[in-house]
Amino acid sequence: MKFDHYEARFAGVGGQGVILAGKILAYGMVSFESCRAIETPTYTAQVRGGATKVDVVIDKNHIEYPRAENLDFFLSLHQKSFNIYYKEIKPDAIVVVDPNLTPNVPANIPQKLVMVDLVEIAKKQMGKTLYAAVIAVGLFAGITKVIKESNIQKAVLDKAPKGTEIDNLKAVKIGIELGKKALKSNDKVVKLTIEDAMLPDEDNGK
Amino acid sequence: MKKSVRFYSGAELVAKAAIDAGCRFFGGYPITPSSEIAEYMSVHMPRVGGTYIQMEDEIGAMGSIIGASLTGVKSLTATSGPGFSLKQENIGYAYMAEVPCVVCNVMRGGPSTGLPTALAQADIMQAKWGTHGDHPVIALTPAYLEEIYELTIKAFNFAETYRMPIMLLLDEVIAHLSAAIELPDKELLVIKNRRRPTVPPEKYFPYDTAYGDVPPMANFFEGYRYHVTGLSHDKTGFPTTDPDLVQADQERHLRKVKAHINEIIDYEYYMMKDAEIIIFAYGSTARAARVAVDNARKLGIRVGMMRFRVIWPLPEAEILKLCSKAKAIIVPEMNMGQLSDVIERYAADRTKIMRINHVGGVPIHPTDVLNVIKEAL
Repeated sequence: MKFDHYEARFAGVGGQGVILAGKILAYGMVSFESCRAIETPTYTAQVRGGATKVDVVIDKNHIEYPRAENLDFFLSLHQKSFNIYYKEIKPDAIVVVDPNLTPNVPANIPQKLVMVDLVEIAKKQMGKTLYAAVIAVGLFAGITKVIKESNIQKAVLDKAPKGTEIDNLKAVKIGIELGKKALKSNDKVVKLTIEDAMLPDEDNGK
Repeated sequence: MKKSVRFYSGAELVAKAAIDAGCRFFGGYPITPSSEIAEYMSVHMPRVGGTYIQMEDEIGAMGSIIGASLTGVKSLTATSGPGFSLKQENIGYAYMAEVPCVVCNVMRGGPSTGLPTALAQADIMQAKWGTHGDHPVIALTPAYLEEIYELTIKAFNFAETYRMPIMLLLDEVIAHLSAAIELPDKELLVIKNRRRPTVPPEKYFPYDTAYGDVPPMANFFEGYRYHVTGLSHDKTGFPTTDPDLVQADQERHLRKVKAHINEIIDYEYYMMKDAEIIIFAYGSTARAARVAVDNARKLGIRVGMMRFRVIWPLPEAEILKLCSKAKAIIVPEMNMGQLSDVIERYAADRTKIMRINHVGGVPIHPTDVLNVIKEAL
């Protein structure tokens, strides 16, 4: 995808790993896509369970104003964070929510809305809900094409704690597939479930 | 080919620069949005043979770095507004006892516990007048990641050169954001260390002005007689109430900074050559202002910015000059006008001061500044 400036926000509650998602994306853009990137986390004093977000501002050049102001991508893993951080979003942006945790999305939002059971997919496919954040960055790559599939995989692998590489790679691949499916659909509201989160056979169980 | 990339947050850079400047003691008490500094130090200080200690509170943390510094070890503490308030008594002690150390304050909203984790520039005045009595102040306000590294090292150099506590003021935006940056070659860093006594222990006085305004400093536990007190004292360090001695000592303290003001003041001009409207800014707010300057210039508006890398002491002569020629002056701040009040004194009735004051935790946006620039026309 061609762009000079791109802004993404991952929101959730403390402990879901959204800040890590931002770190992985910023790292990937700088390391493998020849971009500048600034990653700015915001959290409340209530570290676990409080609304949390991370903004990733990406630019081909120097970034003077470090805060996101016109988001191209917004993902929310929780209603609390959706209510607070669904703002500064371009009308043609992509909005992704986990509908089980973010049930109240206004029906009239102008953006393309992707509803995907991220946490359930993480739990069932990966055995741990904490992989939802890694699936989310994969989904970001698959749907936006801002970062190449191979590059987001490299970024995830570089940031994965030792011994978790295989699982993290699987999670990011699941995310990429979900993102590609959402991208293919011309519907304004796309719903993706566990059925959509199956990897092609060669990747399963490895 | 993978490039060698290292992401740093502002908070990490304070800690990393401190270690590179030779800091080997961190005493702190965690408080957002400064906790990441302590977190980094707790991991890295032991690796370089230094000491990390989490004290029982901020008061103890400030006490711990004073003690550590007296033994000859460069020392740092990090806190935020409420913790900075608690440290003030001991900061005054460090001024009076002339103990070099660096106090980093990642500012947040106040008063009291105020706005945890949100952005503010609320302690510009607390950094100057937070502790009672007259004392010199050096406070640095970086705005970029590279600058956090550079100015943290400078803070340690000032502390060592002038034998006093130095205030390093960050705000939440630059402390928390991360980006990939290139750090300067460590071999090329200029690192200053405190002057040591050249006399034998029995001839040593801890506040001996025979060597100039900054007396040489011996390390505790090395055989030098060294009395430390918060009371006014003579050259031995023992208390005195002799009016002449006390007067002379206070004047000397202030002179340490005043006599070297040109080596301390530090600012940057942006688009100032033909500027009619001038913005005075510091910290992350200056980044919003800089974008506003660019956008205003595209509209043909002659606006420029003076950005303070060191906020105390201010470059008075330069500010006075600008106040005389500017059509309007704009001061954007994440407080209710702590710097604008000062600038207003310089401006007197020579020009108008326009303020932008946000205290709700939401950053000042370039558009906020641009709107005021247009109003100033």
